[in-house]
Amino acid sequence: MAERSFAREVQDLKIGAGEEFKGEGILAITKALLQSGVSYVGGYQGAPISHMMDVLSDAAGLMEELGVHFETSASEATAAAMLSASVMYPIRGAVTWKSTAGTNVASDALSNLSSGGVTGGAVIIIGEDYGEGSSIMQERSHAYAMKSQIWLIDPRPNLPSIVNAVESAFELSEASNTPVMVEVRIRACHVHGAFIAKDNKRPTFTLRQALENPSRDTGRIVLPPASFGHEREKIDKRWPAAVNFIKERKLNERFGPESGDVGVILLGGMYNGVMRALQQLGLADVYGTSAVPLYVMNVAYPLIDDEIVAFCEGKRAVVMVEEGQPEFIEQALNTILRRRDIQTRVCGKDVFPRAGEYTAPVMAASLRRFLELHARPLLGNQSPLPDPSPVLAHPKVKALNEVVPARPPGFCTGCPERPIFAAMKLVEEELGPHHIAADIGCHLFSILPPFNIGATTMGYGLGPASASAFNVKADKRAISVMGDGGFWHNGLASSIGNAVFNKQDGVIVVVDNYYSAATGGQDIMSSRAFNGRRETNNSIVEAVKGVGAKWVRQIDRTYDVGAMRDTLREALTTSEPGPKIIVASSECMLNKQRRVKPLFAQAAREGKRLIKERFGVDEDVCTGDHACIRLSGCPSLSVKHTDDPLRDDPVAAVDNDCVGCGNCGEVAEAAVLCPSFYRADIIYNPSRWDLRLAKIRGAVIGFLQRRREARRIVFAA
Amino acid sequence: MSSPRDADAMNSSLAMTETFRHASDKPISLAVLAMGGQGGGVLTDWIVALAESCGWCAQSTSVPGVAQRTGATIYYVEMLPAKDGKAPVLSLMPSPGDVDIVLAAELMEAGRSILRGLTTPEKTLLIASTHRSFAVVEKEKPGDGAGDPNAVIEAAGVAARRTIAFDMETLAAKHGSVISAALFGALAGAGALPFPREAFEKVIAAGGRGIEPSLKAFAAGFERASGAPQPEILRRSPAKRHDPLPAAPSAHAPLNTLIDRIAKEFPEGLHPLLFAGVKRLVDFQDPAYAGDYLDRVAVFNALEGTTGAARGFALTERAAKYVAVAMAYDDVIRVADLKTRSTRFQRVRDEVSAEPDQLVYTTEYMHPRAEEIVGLLPASLGGWIESRRKLFASIDRLVNKGRRVQSGSVRWFLPLYLLAGLRRFRRGTLRHRHEVAHLEAWLELARRYAEANYDLAVEILAARRLVKGYSDTHARGLSKYDRVVSALPVLAGREDGAAWLRRLVQAALVDEKGAALDGVLKTVASL
Repeated sequence: MAERSFAREVQDLKIGAGEEFKGEGILAITKALLQSGVSYVGGYQGAPISHMMDVLSDAAGLMEELGVHFETSASEATAAAMLSASVMYPIRGAVTWKSTAGTNVASDALSNLSSGGVTGGAVIIIGEDYGEGSSIMQERSHAYAMKSQIWLIDPRPNLPSIVNAVESAFELSEASNTPVMVEVRIRACHVHGAFIAKDNKRPTFTLRQALENPSRDTGRIVLPPASFGHEREKIDKRWPAAVNFIKERKLNERFGPESGDVGVILLGGMYNGVMRALQQLGLADVYGTSAVPLYVMNVAYPLIDDEIVAFCEGKRAVVMVEEGQPEFIEQALNTILRRRDIQTRVCGKDVFPRAGEYTAPVMAASLRRFLELHARPLLGNQSPLPDPSPVLAHPKVKALNEVVPARPPGFCTGCPERPIFAAMKLVEEELGPHHIAADIGCHLFSILPPFNIGATTMGYGLGPASASAFNVKADKRAISVMGDGGFWHNGLASSIGNAVFNKQDGVIVVVDNYYSAATGGQDIMSSRAFNGRRETNNSIVEAVKGVGAKWVRQIDRTYDVGAMRDTLREALTTSEPGPKIIVASSECMLNKQRRVKPLFAQAAREGKRLIKERFGVDEDVCTGDHACIRLSGCPSLSVKHTDDPLRDDPVAAVDNDCVGCGNCGEVAEAAVLCPSFYRADIIYNPSRWDLRLAKIRGAVIGFLQRRREARRIVFAA
Repeated sequence: MSSPRDADAMNSSLAMTETFRHASDKPISLAVLAMGGQGGGVLTDWIVALAESCGWCAQSTSVPGVAQRTGATIYYVEMLPAKDGKAPVLSLMPSPGDVDIVLAAELMEAGRSILRGLTTPEKTLLIASTHRSFAVVEKEKPGDGAGDPNAVIEAAGVAARRTIAFDMETLAAKHGSVISAALFGALAGAGALPFPREAFEKVIAAGGRGIEPSLKAFAAGFERASGAPQPEILRRSPAKRHDPLPAAPSAHAPLNTLIDRIAKEFPEGLHPLLFAGVKRLVDFQDPAYAGDYLDRVAVFNALEGTTGAARGFALTERAAKYVAVAMAYDDVIRVADLKTRSTRFQRVRDEVSAEPDQLVYTTEYMHPRAEEIVGLLPASLGGWIESRRKLFASIDRLVNKGRRVQSGSVRWFLPLYLLAGLRRFRRGTLRHRHEVAHLEAWLELARRYAEANYDLAVEILAARRLVKGYSDTHARGLSKYDRVVSALPVLAGREDGAAWLRRLVQAALVDEKGAALDGVLKTVASL
């Protein structure tokens, strides 16, 4: 069950023709799929498209009504392979993932799919995770479109355009027997807007029909000689078909005046940024009127030569606005124009930065540079661009650089992964630093303060694989970390299987928090929750033993820092050959709290006896050295300044967000820190026996306390 | 260079600008800076719903990524009514220098908005909560790593057109709600949006849970923002408590003697500090022990004599502070004592905000080692054991393990209570002998340099702040102190010796292992 409930959004998916849909971009896409009569949807969660997966799995009922099969794929490769249902049958299917990370994983299936081609519309929604807020390497998905001849749609970032793009994508795919990628950037996925909905469509041809009337065509299978034919077919048939469809349906758009001696060519996704920049330059207004001709490529690939030529002819210069590098389209423009011997100057990465996000200031400055070079008079006596540099230069503002702390994402309050890395830090205190290979997932936050653990990250489920070279005799072993998400995505075969097969003499820690936590807490194979529509509760330990791992330890309470540390020590020092695998399991606290909080409140209201645990610090015992924080970094464990004139430094303090996970106490105990920490057990609705016991204890303890306090010499307060 | 072709081009482009009818309307732009889990998303949704409920077009975007996990996040909203059926084209990201309103859900996030150029003096209304939520890099420092809040307020003074800043976290909590409600109220109260208060409240009421508290917090935020500004005095840490000497004599003669001594023997400015020291030590041991404290401080007071006044009695002041801390060292007895007091039982109840009908039991996490146990023994016996490593080690094997002490149960309270009772034997313990030895060596050091280099002596006394914590941490503190004072021979002769020693102490507090300290030590060695 995901971190967030999408019950309300599911209702939005049900609305019919003429009603207004209000919401997030990625949910509009989900609605567009249902309006397109899609038969099956798959994908792998990850920002920025997680919400699509989450809302679809919450919408199971609706999907059944519509006869749509939805699947949480094991990986992006699985999702891409799923599209092969549309190879032989007129079935519309869609899959989604985070790109380029996911596209990299999916590329094998994508190449095969696009080689053979498709009959039914096959659409891939890719969340382009580029620029601010991105959690992955900065690359363009565009290269995949070009190398495999998959059409790439990059719509203007408003809901009507995005929805239209998805609907057209299916038709384009069918018209050209080619899979189509619809690219939406992070901000577009999370953009709030509105569009007028259509009715949801049941698929005209169902999966059941296909199953019961199978058909095959060796010409569609990627084997010689067919595979050679596919390449020619791509160029001779599918490409022209796509070009015609895109022209006829006017998927690309023109704005601004018909003529002009300069023009801007932009990808759809860049539209709002370009318009704001032109507005700041006094060449457009906020309602979309532009003084400069614009050619908006809602289809980033293939390019429509005739449209480009028509736009460029008679212009002195055009500028290509495409984010990221290399500048594929700018290069293509030059080829197109040179072939037709058109002398229009093509600008792009000469006025725009070669790398990095096209933020508002970048956009404005770069377009101004273009106009200064090729149409100075257009700029006229423009008002200056917004410019914070004067105030940023002010000494009082500069001083802030020393004061404002970096605040990267980190482990949540009570996160079960925190004690794992606390233990790792303690072991390194004893055995010295080790090479630690990290992976993808929440556990990657270990590379940040206060843990500063982790050397490399090579991909989802590839942590241990990325340590496989260090399989030589040495006095130290490599440690590698992998999450349960990565384990099932790819890790079991690529990392564990590989380590067993090659007798990799290293330590592998599998961080098992019962969910794919970093992507929003989706269920996975080893989730402990019962899930009516999925087969959960598959043991990671049995899986690794199944592939032949011998030295396997299961830790069922990661908060037991002592046990965690001792197990790590044993793994690093044992003489056993082969991989030493530690499966460290405790439930993701974010999801656990979401699960148990309401239950607890309910039970408390009903007068049930309950115990709530939380931690605290005795401030007069704490000496303010913050060693505990250097082994925790928990948001609810912070520092507090006191008014005690004999103290210089703030003391540790636990706030009311504490969920009583136990890390503080366990760490204080395991690292022999100090006796300042206490765990308070708060008993709700105490039983009669509790009260009687409390009475006796109170009497004895109270008597002793009064006795000593009577003798204590103190100043009158 | 201008060819006829260029000329035509220019004409045509001029023509183009003339034919272009340019609507000058601009959307209201608003950025929300919050930390993951602070409800920045909820606040953003409210603002969008508000604008839409008043017939405006509104667009919000965010780039949460994994930042929902406690990291800093920015949400961005633009709003503007449609014009003759034409919806506005709104930007998906803020333009630095072109943001009308910035809402910051924490003080340093307000600082971040300024550093990112989102808050500018020409346009921006900055609405910020002044409460602090410390970042890991601030709180992990062995010393005080907290950023200076006034730096942000100062910067806001020059960076924002108008600033509304107050502690909305506390305000919201007071009404049982969350900060987003208070921020929403402040936004309404600031009158920066062309929407009536009722529209704001309707949006909250349309929401799901906690409507009543949210409306209360909203109202409170509204009042604060719309009322006359009441600037808060922000400080990195609260003012230190300086209780004056009690006027009325206490019931205990020995205490009165101590008070009289402070009054008679010491400069008036230091009375509150000495009183604090005396209180701490009477509480730690007994009045006689506090008497020893005054004796030790008196030595330094005598040392600076009449010349002290001119220097604000810095030497005596440092002595008064750090001798008290050093003498009230953290031993098993003290910990047991503090943990078994009735006042402590009550404080825990308050801290966990337990209801009267609820029971609260505490579990202490203790990890005694041979050092602690042997330290409790009479000095001679303890010393004898200490000098026999094998025996010492075997004792350590026996005792050295974590113990969960349920101090609320009689069977655990009793031993703690008895341990605390050992107080009367404390002066005889091995630990006390060690502490006194270190204390005297330290004071001797200060005395030795006081004549020749007064300022250096002052800093020597202050260097004692490095010795703190328990077990390993305590050992690390001692070693840092030793490394710092090891520089004295070099520094003694120098005019700026004191300044260097202060730098060494500061460096020692930057990181755990003392890497920064070693750096400065190298520099000192090269002097």
